[in-house]
Amino acid sequence: MRTDTIAAIATGLNHAGISIIRISGSDVDSIMNQIFVTPSGKRGVKEIPGYTARYGYITDGDSVIDEVLVLVMRAPKSYTREDVVEIDCHGGIVVTRKILETVIRHGARPAEPGEFTKRAFLNGRIDLSQAEAVIDIIQSKNEMALKNSVNQLKGSIHKKLKQVRDSILRDTAYIEAALDDPEHISLDGFTEELKERIQGNLHVIDHLIESADNGKLLKEGIQTVILGKPNAGKSSLMNLLAGDEKAIVTEIAGTTRDVLEEMIQIKGISFNVIDTAGIRDTEDTVEKIGVEKARRYAKDADLIIYVADSSVPLDENDDEIIEFIQDKKAIVLLNKSDLAPVVDVDLLTKRTGRTVIKISAVEETGIEDLERTVADMFFHGDLSFNDEIYITNMRQKASLIEAEHSLRQVLDSIENQMPEDFYSIDLMNAYEELGRITGESVDEDLIDTIFREFCMGK
Amino acid sequence: MSYQYESYDVVVVGAGHAGCEAALACARLSLNTLLFTISMDSIAMMPCNPNIGGTSKGHLVREIDALGGEMGKNIDKTYIQSKMLNTSKGPAVHSLRAQADKQDYSRSMRKILENTEHLTLKQGEVCEILVDNGAVTGVKTYSDAIYPCKAVVLCTGTYLNARCIYGEVSNATGPNGLSAATHLTDSLKNLGIEMYRFKTGTPARIDRRSIDFSKMEEQFGDEKVVPFSFTTDPNRLTKPQVSCWLTYTNETTHEIIRENIDRSPLFSGNIKGTGPRYCPSIEDKVVKFPDKNRHQVFIEPEGNYTNEMYISGMSSSLPEDVQYRMYRSVAGLENAKIVRNAYAIEYDCINPMQLKPSLEFKKIEGLFSGGQFNGSSGYEEAAAQGLIAGINAARKLQGKEPLILDRSEAYIGVLIDDLVTKETHEPYRMMTSRAEYRLLLRQDNADLRLTEKGHEIGLISEERYQAFLIKKKQIEEETLRLENTPIGAAPWVQEILESKGSTPLTSASTLGELLRRPELNYEMLTPLDRERKPLPADVIEQAEINIKYEGYIRRQMHQVEQFKKMERKRIPENLDYDEIPSLRIEARQKLKQIHPESVGQASRISGVSPADISVLLVYLEQMRHR
Repeated sequence: MRTDTIAAIATGLNHAGISIIRISGSDVDSIMNQIFVTPSGKRGVKEIPGYTARYGYITDGDSVIDEVLVLVMRAPKSYTREDVVEIDCHGGIVVTRKILETVIRHGARPAEPGEFTKRAFLNGRIDLSQAEAVIDIIQSKNEMALKNSVNQLKGSIHKKLKQVRDSILRDTAYIEAALDDPEHISLDGFTEELKERIQGNLHVIDHLIESADNGKLLKEGIQTVILGKPNAGKSSLMNLLAGDEKAIVTEIAGTTRDVLEEMIQIKGISFNVIDTAGIRDTEDTVEKIGVEKARRYAKDADLIIYVADSSVPLDENDDEIIEFIQDKKAIVLLNKSDLAPVVDVDLLTKRTGRTVIKISAVEETGIEDLERTVADMFFHGDLSFNDEIYITNMRQKASLIEAEHSLRQVLDSIENQMPEDFYSIDLMNAYEELGRITGESVDEDLIDTIFREFCMGK
Repeated sequence: MSYQYESYDVVVVGAGHAGCEAALACARLSLNTLLFTISMDSIAMMPCNPNIGGTSKGHLVREIDALGGEMGKNIDKTYIQSKMLNTSKGPAVHSLRAQADKQDYSRSMRKILENTEHLTLKQGEVCEILVDNGAVTGVKTYSDAIYPCKAVVLCTGTYLNARCIYGEVSNATGPNGLSAATHLTDSLKNLGIEMYRFKTGTPARIDRRSIDFSKMEEQFGDEKVVPFSFTTDPNRLTKPQVSCWLTYTNETTHEIIRENIDRSPLFSGNIKGTGPRYCPSIEDKVVKFPDKNRHQVFIEPEGNYTNEMYISGMSSSLPEDVQYRMYRSVAGLENAKIVRNAYAIEYDCINPMQLKPSLEFKKIEGLFSGGQFNGSSGYEEAAAQGLIAGINAARKLQGKEPLILDRSEAYIGVLIDDLVTKETHEPYRMMTSRAEYRLLLRQDNADLRLTEKGHEIGLISEERYQAFLIKKKQIEEETLRLENTPIGAAPWVQEILESKGSTPLTSASTLGELLRRPELNYEMLTPLDRERKPLPADVIEQAEINIKYEGYIRRQMHQVEQFKKMERKRIPENLDYDEIPSLRIEARQKLKQIHPESVGQASRISGVSPADISVLLVYLEQMRHR
């Protein structure tokens, strides 16, 4: 069941010294009871008067996530005029996110775009002259969120979601058809089948939740494209980055045959690294498509890693790339430092106007330099990624968890020998939650499916 | 030349299931009421299936009864077989269905109408609704008589510009060959009302003597009959019941249909109206589900007065010769004699989104409507709307707020909210899957949900109300007693539990806890429950359901709380949606068309997104302070 208590990261996600997680709604106390403890062992914030702060720890079960300052504001003296808690933590993306996720797992839901402001307004907190601004925020942010959730959702995940949703809808429609027309449609033996299918669907959803944990539902993270002429060592670099034990890696099948994407974490920062077809002039039709695609990805990238080959002279393909990265955030790598150099660092530095890092993908040297450089760029604010995508991912994960919960409820009902009509409520709830991820509403889906799939009626 | 006749408070047009309820409600609320019917012999006629109730429709009838309507009482008097459907499933989907003696049903209702104070019946066709300054002033009949009135309830059913069709035969008549009403549509169009054209159909009636029942499965009624009306004493329902019969179509039937499908007016394009998906014709079923090699056919008596049998499951508009071959291919119908051919009927109805949830037209004050005229299908759906339209016409004249049931209170609420909020493209049939809070909207607790309201309106007598209050109190006390009666893990307790196939207790428990075990029920707990006093069966039933499904019921009640928050946020009638910045175009258009009464209703309009609702909420808040 959807809760009324909302949570979000109130500060930017990128490079803040302190991050604030804000929670608002009637369940604030019950959430804090589960996740906050003071050094003297007191749980929760119930005893803390409004407008005071407490020092303590955010915990998840037995493990401590971070030491924090908690600021409590009691209704109506808060931004939203509801009970509000703000958790100040040490910042850092990983910890901040972990705290938000813990808050959500214990009873809050990710705030919709503009929802804090909306509540503040509806509860009379904000000056009426600001109403139009509030309205604009709600509508534009929602549109962006919807666009994100649909556009950024990977094709393979969209397909899986659709399969699970279709399966749930069909089962519900069957139950409902049987309830509405018991003399035509029988539910004998259906429960066993249903149980199996739910378990299968739960398996898929659990897997999706895992993907969400790793930021793999959406193309989250800094969009990084590796460019270089064929055989410069792009794929070796990709493998090296992906195979590093510090990186969390799961391969995602690319939407196309010729582009490979991997989610890589370097010093806690997510990178969505795209290995492209080598850029060169070609007459081969298939390869041409690949090269075109590489160019397009590169245009939208947050960061380009240009891999040059030190063992052969720079050619017109390198020229094109060098020209291309002039107005982009880019890192230049000189690969094959293990071989006799034809191109040296000085030459490449002069040509690109950038610092050049020498690496050998074969001997695995220079990778640390690369990682440090990338992390420095991020923490100095030269690089940033789209907060919205992370937040959308968070919302989608919450929906997945809610759907999972609903399906488990159906299994419970089956276990407790409840009649079939009790299953539908939770089945449809799961269906609705999964629809939120793909931006589809429920409307008349159930009734339409009943009539399309099952012959019923007098 | 037109002339003026006596004036009435309310005129009801049509004496079908909607019209009867509307007229009775108005008259019983002491309004001077005139009920028009095309024929005095077609009052409360059942032109299609010979039964009342069924899944979710049975719920509607019990709700009608709890509000003080007549349908439940009338079927209790005239049923010839009764059955509770879905008894193997949860209590929320148990549904009553009774076979009626059609003539008995119609006559019995006529008798009630004819003997109700303040109610006048009149045979005649209403041709024009008279409106002045956006408000109803009277009606005009075919004979040019004008009856001034303050409110009109339109319950024209399937009569407006009706056309009955099978094969190449097309008659401009209403159901059963009764004359159609051919003038009113024009008057309504002139008033700016948007009309739809819907269709429905009915199967053939076959002479009982020509049927070989030995090839069919007999279908009996329940031994213990549950009445529809909460006022009917179940112990008095002991009359002998008739049987229905089950047989099946087969590949030969389907072959005959497929070979002649081009002669069906549905496929040739001769029928333009939209039919209900719930009542597909047999040719529809065969075309849409080619893999099914047989379809069920129920043979149901039309009444004790006749040999006509209703062939449920085989409605059709195929030509007569095809009908003969098709019916005769079914086991047991080899020598069937058709008394009445199957036919499809096309008729005019309205786009119900022109109505308020009170069932009054948004554009015309004092004009109400109910039943198939509103784009629904079914006797029960019609009666439910008729009752609400009648009550609200009366309340309007009495200067009272309209009765609007919401989706968490009654199936009637779901029915009307769907009709006035969601676009209907076919005759709307009630279904349990349409009710999102159905665990709370059970047929067994319709009185607990609605008697209070019926009493407040004035359709429930004081005596009935007092009896209801006692029942309510008994349920509360018994539920509480069961929840609070401790049961220790003593050896004698364990023994009894074991004998009932249940697991022994590991620690002290309560009767309530035991009742929640799926394998136990109230009856089985008798030996453990030493303080139990005798209580009426309906009280025990409620206490048991309350406890057994407590967790689920609590969850639904929580959902209802959330739902009510949005229902309570009213939208002013004159809100100018063009003034609201940032509404998406689609949402703006829909909101302008429907003018929802609450934010909750707005949120159910397809094409209005949650973000649009947020925008609307912020705007309303801003308005409130201006």
